[in-house]
Amino acid sequence: MNCADCELLLHPLIDGELDAVHARDVEAHAATCAGCAEKLKTLRAMREAMAGAGLKFAAPASLRSRVEAALPQPSADIIAPRKFSQPSRRTFFGGFAAGAALSGAIAATLAVGVFRSDQNQQVADEVVSAHIRSLQAGHLMDVETSDQHTVKPWFDGRVDVAPPVIDLTAQGFTLLGGRLDYIDGEPVASVVYQRRKHVINLFVAQRLGIAHAGAIAETIQGYNVRHWTEQGLDFWAVSDLAGDELDEFVQKISAAVHPPGPS
Amino acid sequence: MTGDANAEQDKARRFRDAALPYLDDVYALARYLMRGSADAEDAVQECYLRALRHFDSYRGPAMKPWLLAILRNVCNADFARRGKQEIAADYSEGEPAAEQVPMWQEPQPSPETALLREQDGATIRRLIAELPPPYREAIVLREVNDLSYQQIAEVAGVPVGTVMSRLARARSILRSAWNVAEQSAPRMTPGSAP
Repeated sequence: MNCADCELLLHPLIDGELDAVHARDVEAHAATCAGCAEKLKTLRAMREAMAGAGLKFAAPASLRSRVEAALPQPSADIIAPRKFSQPSRRTFFGGFAAGAALSGAIAATLAVGVFRSDQNQQVADEVVSAHIRSLQAGHLMDVETSDQHTVKPWFDGRVDVAPPVIDLTAQGFTLLGGRLDYIDGEPVASVVYQRRKHVINLFVAQRLGIAHAGAIAETIQGYNVRHWTEQGLDFWAVSDLAGDELDEFVQKISAAVHPPGPS
Repeated sequence: MTGDANAEQDKARRFRDAALPYLDDVYALARYLMRGSADAEDAVQECYLRALRHFDSYRGPAMKPWLLAILRNVCNADFARRGKQEIAADYSEGEPAAEQVPMWQEPQPSPETALLREQDGATIRRLIAELPPPYREAIVLREVNDLSYQQIAEVAGVPVGTVMSRLARARSILRSAWNVAEQSAPRMTPGSAP
């Protein structure tokens, strides 16, 4: 086992998610590698400190009675079977790792499996992360202007698509500017809009996730996400704006990208 | 008619038996996601009412992650409704210390250790509160709610691989912040406690 494999498996090890074979491999490696041993020690110390730090909260009695009062009261004469037991913890790796000796192989399968089966989820996560990053000071715009004729050419040569940059000020969405982002390892154009205090990042790329007809709506970490494919481009809109307002934004962009009827 | 009423009664009882034991867990996650205790309590109540409405379609596997997933949706909906940006605020700000009931129990800690540990607990809670939402959620579900990776993945709606990387990131941020906090935090002495 090398250090990269080991480091990947340190967290499942201290979390009790590793089967015995892999746990032994990791510990055997740590016994001969000072760096990994140190990391393991630090992680264990942290877990221990957190376990003893009183991080849990007990629900106040007032809340308990409030919730109980809000639920319908069962009458005393009906006896229902108690069929729900405490959930049992099971190891994630235990299931398919039995007998496998190379954790590197596990790590590789894991990464590929996640990427393939859930590519859109992965992109959605990254899109939201990019949105959150963009909200940090100084990260929002590379080119800051409400003039669409400045924003659009700015993307030339920076990304391999010409993202539609549409001025929706009249419809209540102010164009703030544009930014270059990296999602899924590819450069992606982000056109930044604003409604009231809410920032909307519209990510546009040639291929970003799995194409599908119609917009897909999702909420991730409190942010509303919309993904749709149009004119050979993938669009991802992310904002903390309310869902219906983000839908309105999507409609406006979509209508502008794809004007209805012959013109 | 009596049958319907009995069925409803039966459902109510089953729901209470199944869901109420996790009130502390649900409340704890709400405290970390919502920050303020009043908002957290509202979210917990909404979570239980929503869970009861969907209890007919509940097929397991485990009640705790199911409830926590509902709570997470309630909190997210609340953020979306208010259009509120999450702000890393001082966690214990404006809250009476008595409300933060630490549940750790160890045999007879000496008074000095108790003070230090409580201070440490407050520091750690603050460090967790300052984590970006996805990392905060992952570490709380793991260390406070004691969920497995698979369960965290279900609650957060992400693949297990993402859970692993979020936990690793969360711990890496915590570790750096922790060291800084330990160096700069004033030691609590008896009498200086608020």
